[in-house]
This record gives sequence, C-alpha cells and structure tokens, in this order.
Amino acid sequence: MTGPVSNFDVTSVWTDHVVVLPVVLPIAVAGAMFLIDERRRALKAGLSLATMLVLMAASLVLVSWAGEAPRVYRLGNWAAPYGIVLVADRLSAMMLALASVLGLGALVFSFARWGRAGPRFHGLFLLLLMGVNGAFLTGDLFNLFVFFEVMLAASYGLVLHGSGEERIRAGLGYIAVNLVASLFFLIGVSLIYGTMGTLNMADLARRIAVPPGGDLGLFEIGCAILGLAFLIKCSAWPLGFWLPTTYSAASAPAAAILAILSKVGVYVVVRLSLLVFGEGLSLQFGRSTILAAGLATIAFGTIGLVAARDLTRAAGYAVMVSSGTVLAVLGTGNGAALSGALYYLVGSTLAAGTLFLLAEVLQRGRDPARTAEPVFADEYRDPFDDADATEIGVAIPAVLATLGVGFLLCTLVLVGIPPLPGFVGKLAIFMGLAAGPLAAAGWWLIAALTLSSLGTLMPLVRLGIQTLWVRQDAPPATLARSEFAALAGLLAACLALALWGGPALAYADATVDWLVRPQAYIRAVLGPVEGSAP
Amino acid sequence: MELVLSLGIGVLAAAGIWLILRPRTFQVVLGLSLLGYAVNLFIFAMGRITVGAPPVLGVGPGMVSVDDPVPQALVLTAVVISFALTALFLVVLLAARGETGCDHVDGREPHEAEPDAGNPLP
Repeated sequence: MTGPVSNFDVTSVWTDHVVVLPVVLPIAVAGAMFLIDERRRALKAGLSLATMLVLMAASLVLVSWAGEAPRVYRLGNWAAPYGIVLVADRLSAMMLALASVLGLGALVFSFARWGRAGPRFHGLFLLLLMGVNGAFLTGDLFNLFVFFEVMLAASYGLVLHGSGEERIRAGLGYIAVNLVASLFFLIGVSLIYGTMGTLNMADLARRIAVPPGGDLGLFEIGCAILGLAFLIKCSAWPLGFWLPTTYSAASAPAAAILAILSKVGVYVVVRLSLLVFGEGLSLQFGRSTILAAGLATIAFGTIGLVAARDLTRAAGYAVMVSSGTVLAVLGTGNGAALSGALYYLVGSTLAAGTLFLLAEVLQRGRDPARTAEPVFADEYRDPFDDADATEIGVAIPAVLATLGVGFLLCTLVLVGIPPLPGFVGKLAIFMGLAAGPLAAAGWWLIAALTLSSLGTLMPLVRLGIQTLWVRQDAPPATLARSEFAALAGLLAACLALALWGGPALAYADATVDWLVRPQAYIRAVLGPVEGSAP
Repeated sequence: MELVLSLGIGVLAAAGIWLILRPRTFQVVLGLSLLGYAVNLFIFAMGRITVGAPPVLGVGPGMVSVDDPVPQALVLTAVVISFALTALFLVVLLAARGETGCDHVDGREPHEAEPDAGNPLP
C-alpha cells in the first residue's frame, strides 16, 4: 500500500487493526450478550463495562494517531474504490472519542437501575455504539447506510426500553419518521450511484472534481435527498419535531446515548459537504440551505427551551440547539468558526447527555408514570424489584448539593458562561466569524447564538430553581454510587475539555484544516496516483 | 419497459405516501412497505435497465454489456433491513394498541372530529 499509511513495520501489523476495533468489538460482545441469560446481570454489566473501557482506550489511541496521519483500513486489503475502507482521520477519531466517553457515562449510570428495566439493554446498547462508531469510520455511502440502520434499529429498542405508554407512543412516531428518513437515504444513495457510478466518498470527491460524464443536476438532487435524511437525523428545523418528544420519553441512559445519535447526522453533513462540495463542480452546494436550516433550528430549539416545563424536554431542545449551531456555522463556510463549532459540539453534547441523566435523578419518584407496566410480560424480569433497593438508597453526602453542582455545570456549558467549554466554543465561533469577511449571515449567526444563550439560561435557571430549591412533598433525591460516578465522570470530561482547551482547540483547528483540503483525504484513501478510471 | 417501471414506481410511491399520512397505525405500516417497494424498484432502475444482459460474473471476451451488481446488492440489503424493521414496527404497533386502546398514530382519538359521527364530546 502506498500513501501516508505505508510506513508500517512488522510490529504495526497488529496495531493497524485498532481502526476496526470500535466496530468489531461491540458487535461481537453484543452477540455474546444475547446468549447470556438475562438474570446474570453482574456478568453482563461487567462485560459491557470492559468493552466500553477498551473502546475508549481505542478511540483515544486513534485520536493521538490521527494527529500524525489519517489511518486507512482496507478490509481484506481490497483497493479503495472497490473494497470497503474505514478511515480514521481527525474528525472520525474525535467523534469516536466523544461517543465512547458519553457511552461509558450512560452505561455506568444504567448499572444502578435502568439496566434492569427491561430485557437486552446491554446488547442493544453495544449494537447502538457499533452502528455509531461504524458511521463515524466508514469511507463509503453504502456502509454508511448499513451502519446507520444498525444504529437506528438498536435505538428503536432503546427508546422503548423500560416500556410504558409514553415511550411506546413516542417510539411509534420515532420509528415511522426514521423509516421514512432511511428511504430518503436509499433514494439519495441510488441517485448518486446512478449518476456518478461510485459510492466511495473519496472516489466521489475525486470524480466531482473533474467534469463527470453523468448528469450533474441529477447528482445534486441525489445529494439533496441524501442530505434530507441526515437533516432529519440531526433534527434540523422543520424536520426535528420528533426529537424532544422521543428523547424526553426515553429512559435516562438511553436518552443520554441518543444525544450522540443526532450528532451522527451532523457529522455526516459536515463530512460530505466539505469533502464532496469543498471543491469541484458543485462548489458549496446546499450551503445556504444548511445555514438557513441551522439558524431556524437554533431559533426553534431556543423557543422550545423557553417553553419547556420539565428538564428532560429542555435537554432535548438543548440537543437541537447544539446541532443547529454546528449546521449554521458550517453554512457560513468560515473555517475558523467551524473549528470552534466542533469544539462546542463536543462540550455541548457531553453536557446535554449529562443533563438527561441529572434530570432523571432529580425527577425520580415525582412522576410514577415513568416506570409503567410492560406489555410483554413473558420477556420481562422484575424491572425495579426492590431486592436491590438498598443500593439505590446509599447516600452520597448531601446528594442534593452534589446534584445542584452538577446541574450548575451543565447549565454553564449549555449556555456558554466562562470558564467552561460552552463559552470557549462560542467565543471561538464568534472570533472566527469576526475575523473572516463578515457577511450578513455572520451577523445573523452571532445574534442567534447570543439570543439562544439567553434563551437557554432563563429556562434552565427556572427549572433548576423549581427542582432544586422549592420544597417538595416527594421523597428526597437519592443517588446510587454508580450514578454518582457516571455524572462525576461526564462532568469531569467537560471540565477537562475546558482545562485543556488550548490543545483541544488546536486539534479542532487542525481537523478543519484537514477537512477543507479534500485532495489530502482523496490521496490518503485512493493512493497518490490518479487511479485508472473504471 | 421504462414506462411500466416508472408507472409502477410512481403508483407505489403515491399510494405509500397517501397511506403514511393516514391516521391509523396499520395504514402507516402498509404505506411504509409500499414506499419501500417503490424505493427498491427505483434503486434497480438506477442501475440502468437492461434486458438479457448477464451478471458481471459471466464477463467474457464477446460480451460488451453486463448488469451492474452494486444496485442489486443495495436492494438486497434494503429489502432485508426494511423487512426486519417492518416486523419491529408491527410489534410496536401492537404494543401501542394494547397500551393505549386505540390504533390512532397519536395514541388517542381526535375528539374535535367526533361530534358529527355521533360521539358526544366529553
């Protein structure tokens, strides 16, 4: 193999396979998980914890490697446009790390209670992560579709996890919307294949750079329909009405991991629009639409936040605002601002996921409908049988104070108040926008982000006062050890992102610098020689 | 053949879109299935329609036209996935029917539309 990955010696034969590990490991363990009896909870929990730790280590290794050169993994060593490739570049590695950190937090949180609220939680959880990791790594659209479907199928199960009328009702709409989105995906992919004759992303970018034989208009229609599928996934206005309802109905760990799901849509939009439409014939195709959709999403999410009456719904709208911010910044086409947006994406996703977990702890016991009876009794093994009730009751000193601090940190990140990553990210976006040629779009975006900060601060403070300070008749909040560990870990990740903000922003800068040069990606995947056209 | 194929795709897609916009969950399932068929046929059409061309495995020196296998692989994947997800959707449909007691997609009957149907408002 030639290209930037050719400097392998014999010892790197094994380390090379780290790239495929985030896909292979979770699906192997998930398969084993379905064979293990549902009652062996400790074994299942231990297995998934070990898997998540390995995944996190692998993703951190990939992050450190991606700084040197992108790793291209050719399955079966078939050459790129024909074989399947996984590409671990800076953006993929960053998203993998985010997914594994958030996944680890959600998993540890589920040990206390939610992992037992229904069958096959751990298997579905790992399958979901396999789909997410694969979508981040894959180098062609066909496998993106497959990984997307794996991820969605697992997410359907996770949304329904814990059962109950509210979840089933929300799940019905969620599944219907996403099935339609999958059909859009297929139409888009087949149009792209029909006009360009390839589904490999690098090959696509290469063919669009030279005048293609196919019909460019039809190709752009295909890309637009494909983009529609991802915009539904990242819940851009007006395609995202399903998100707050579904996420607030889902059980807490499921909602936390679903927060990364909408970022898969954002990731694909960022990847494809910079790779395929970065240069070549369809230069900046759809960019103004993405900008408008992003701005509208920020506005819709902020208004929804202000109107939200409970914390989980507010967290759902916060996910929308965060997706909308990245989309809008991508739409301005400003590289410096985009690196700030990527940094903001990591911080805000972590904070939104944590907020889902916090909200569940704070609202526990006040809303009995959230743990309703199952429909399929034969599948169901004692959801919250009180045998382990003592574990839930173990008191971390001053539980409410701990939760209060956690809530405060989440709010600071989501709103963007110094010194946490939300502020650093937004500041980097503003500085990037101000340094570039400030068109009307830049002003609109700055105004929208400023207003959305205010619109996030007000409702979160109001909801925080309602849940933390007002005297309630409900039993006092309790926090299991694993729940405390999960919340503390996720918040520590947010703080670390702020503490090492310099290196993190430098990484984001380098990521954008890499993304805006599609030729480097094409060379890395397809090799330096201009391959003979098939 | 092109006319028949495009008419088929069009009719299936139109019927599917009509059905997924209906209020009953079973209609939505049927609509999703029909839309899935339409999309699968569409993917076939994107591989160009040929008559009598051998699959790619049979390429010999005398053959100039072969069938493109990639859309077929795509269709196969899509068929399997949509089959599995339709089954899953049916399970959720039954669960929703059992849990909410009605088959409306919102999980409750819209009361606004009832008065003329003889159902008094609550």
